[in-house]
Amino acid sequence: MGLDTKPLSTLHEKASYDVGDFEVPTGREEEWRFTPLRRLRGLHKGTAEDGGKVLVEVDAAPEVTVETVGRDDPRLGRAYVPADRVSAQAWNSFTEATVVTVPKEAVASAPTVLRLRGEDASAAAYGHTTVVVEPFAEATVVLAHRGSATYADNVEFVVGDGARLSVISLQDWADDAVHVSHQHARLGRDARFVSHNISLGGDVVRISPSVAYAEPGGDAELYGVYFVDGGQHLEHRLLVDHTVPHCRSRVDYRGALQDQDAHAVWIGDVIIRAEAEGTDTYELNRNLVLTDGTRVDSVPNLEILTGEVAGAGHASASGRLDDEHLFYLQARGITFDEARRMVVRGFLGQLVERIEVAEVRDKVREAIEEELDLGAGRR
Amino acid sequence: MATLEIRDLHVSVGDGSDGAKEILRGVDLTVQAGETHAIMGPNGSGKSTLAYAIAGHPKYRVTSGTVTLDGEDVLAMSVDERARAGLFLAMQYPVEVPGVSVSNFLRSAVTAVRGEAPKLREFSKEMKAAMDSLSIDPAFAQRSLNEGFSGGEKKRHEILQLEMLKPKVAVLDETDSGLDVDALKVVSEGVNRFASGETGVLLITHYTRILRYVKPDFVHVFTGGRVVAEGGPELADELENEGYEKYVKAGASL
Repeated sequence: MGLDTKPLSTLHEKASYDVGDFEVPTGREEEWRFTPLRRLRGLHKGTAEDGGKVLVEVDAAPEVTVETVGRDDPRLGRAYVPADRVSAQAWNSFTEATVVTVPKEAVASAPTVLRLRGEDASAAAYGHTTVVVEPFAEATVVLAHRGSATYADNVEFVVGDGARLSVISLQDWADDAVHVSHQHARLGRDARFVSHNISLGGDVVRISPSVAYAEPGGDAELYGVYFVDGGQHLEHRLLVDHTVPHCRSRVDYRGALQDQDAHAVWIGDVIIRAEAEGTDTYELNRNLVLTDGTRVDSVPNLEILTGEVAGAGHASASGRLDDEHLFYLQARGITFDEARRMVVRGFLGQLVERIEVAEVRDKVREAIEEELDLGAGRR
Repeated sequence: MATLEIRDLHVSVGDGSDGAKEILRGVDLTVQAGETHAIMGPNGSGKSTLAYAIAGHPKYRVTSGTVTLDGEDVLAMSVDERARAGLFLAMQYPVEVPGVSVSNFLRSAVTAVRGEAPKLREFSKEMKAAMDSLSIDPAFAQRSLNEGFSGGEKKRHEILQLEMLKPKVAVLDETDSGLDVDALKVVSEGVNRFASGETGVLLITHYTRILRYVKPDFVHVFTGGRVVAEGGPELADELENEGYEKYVKAGASL
């Protein structure tokens, strides 16, 4: 099949390791139009001040090796080619990378936790993380982001044949943090990948999780929970590219927003290419708007280039707390504030309870309670 | 002795300007503990509006009249205050609340109404016993509230809440509609259990069918937004045979 017979996707952006291959975004581009570029501190145009630092602390499972390596390590950048200018900037600017390896057939007995802590947001820091799960190995990796930073990074997940990787990325930044990140997963034959993105803190957080399938039988589940407060911009841009037959993907991102200028962006791109027969995909985004003054942009895009799909669908819904829910709970004696908490907890909790690491799950629940405390009694 | 007193209640829907429509046009009703009242009427007579107005649904606006429970002004209370004061509304269409489990919901409601959290073990036992008596599979305790429940399962859960919250006065809004005979029997047994106790029951229904299982002390015929006739159980038999027709005319002429 040549180019003339194969319809091409319009969703897949170009990819390059070279910053110069990407124009400086102006904010009019489809991929940048929701992002407040002025708040990126120059990360998108190469003017960010150098010298920032994000420290990486590791708590690895005994079966897993974690190394800090230099730029020339051959394992870096093999699964992922930067897909936008900030990503290319990060690729060209990091000095040290973290490589996590789960050896063939090893089953990690505990989560491997990478704690990334920023100390200062005034200068930019760049990072790179590569997680390699060799064939038939199984592991859970937690990326916990905290502190103040202006941080751009790329994360690669290479999931081998028959391997299983569960990733929880927790964006629990301080109020002044800016974080622009690409998280790319490449799945081997019958590989299984589960990702949770939990975004709570930071001034601007823009995470772009993407999935590519190298062989048939891959299965990706991408979950996200976010809670956006006044003035915060939390953006998640997903791309699932079905290029081979008989793979599955599920996307479910849910967020709550409260107070003036809380802005959530969710982009869900799914491509089912002509070759990807038997694809089974569904993506969902839901937003619960708790106060006036917030803004949600939710854009699902599904591009189907073959007639032979097992299932393909998407849904997006953003709305206020349902008065009928609140009335029902209140009619059983539960106060308005508690009823509101129960509905929000329930809405986000359906995803939170899927997080396999109890410690992280509890932490996320606590963080949601804190967010709800902030919003209590404000109406 | 708990007493719910409704006096000359007028209720509108809409925003009070020209869009407002008066639905209840002067309802008088007294329900005492241990009494079972049936309110019967055709579709559109305002029966459900009465139920929601008593519970305090924000869509309905009381324009005049009073509702008191043991002398306390119910209309001055918020929805949750009314429930804590001892009023209960079993809804015709219970809403689905995703992610809130039946047991979590029941425990929150019981805690709110009793004023203190029950001990977890005692609560679990109590909930299980109450579910058993309504033939509810215990697995429902972990399911999201009403989500994916059949019509009959939703109604059983309304009665389950009623039995656990032990209100002073319960308003049952067409709890019998949409039930098959078996479910109707189970629900009726539940109603009879608390109707024989300290609870006053206001049973709102379109059909006489449930009155074969639940014996009302009083029957009120409701048309045109008010009570147009009152009597004992024999009135239900008359409605069964003759329908609402003559009362609809009476309601219209008032």
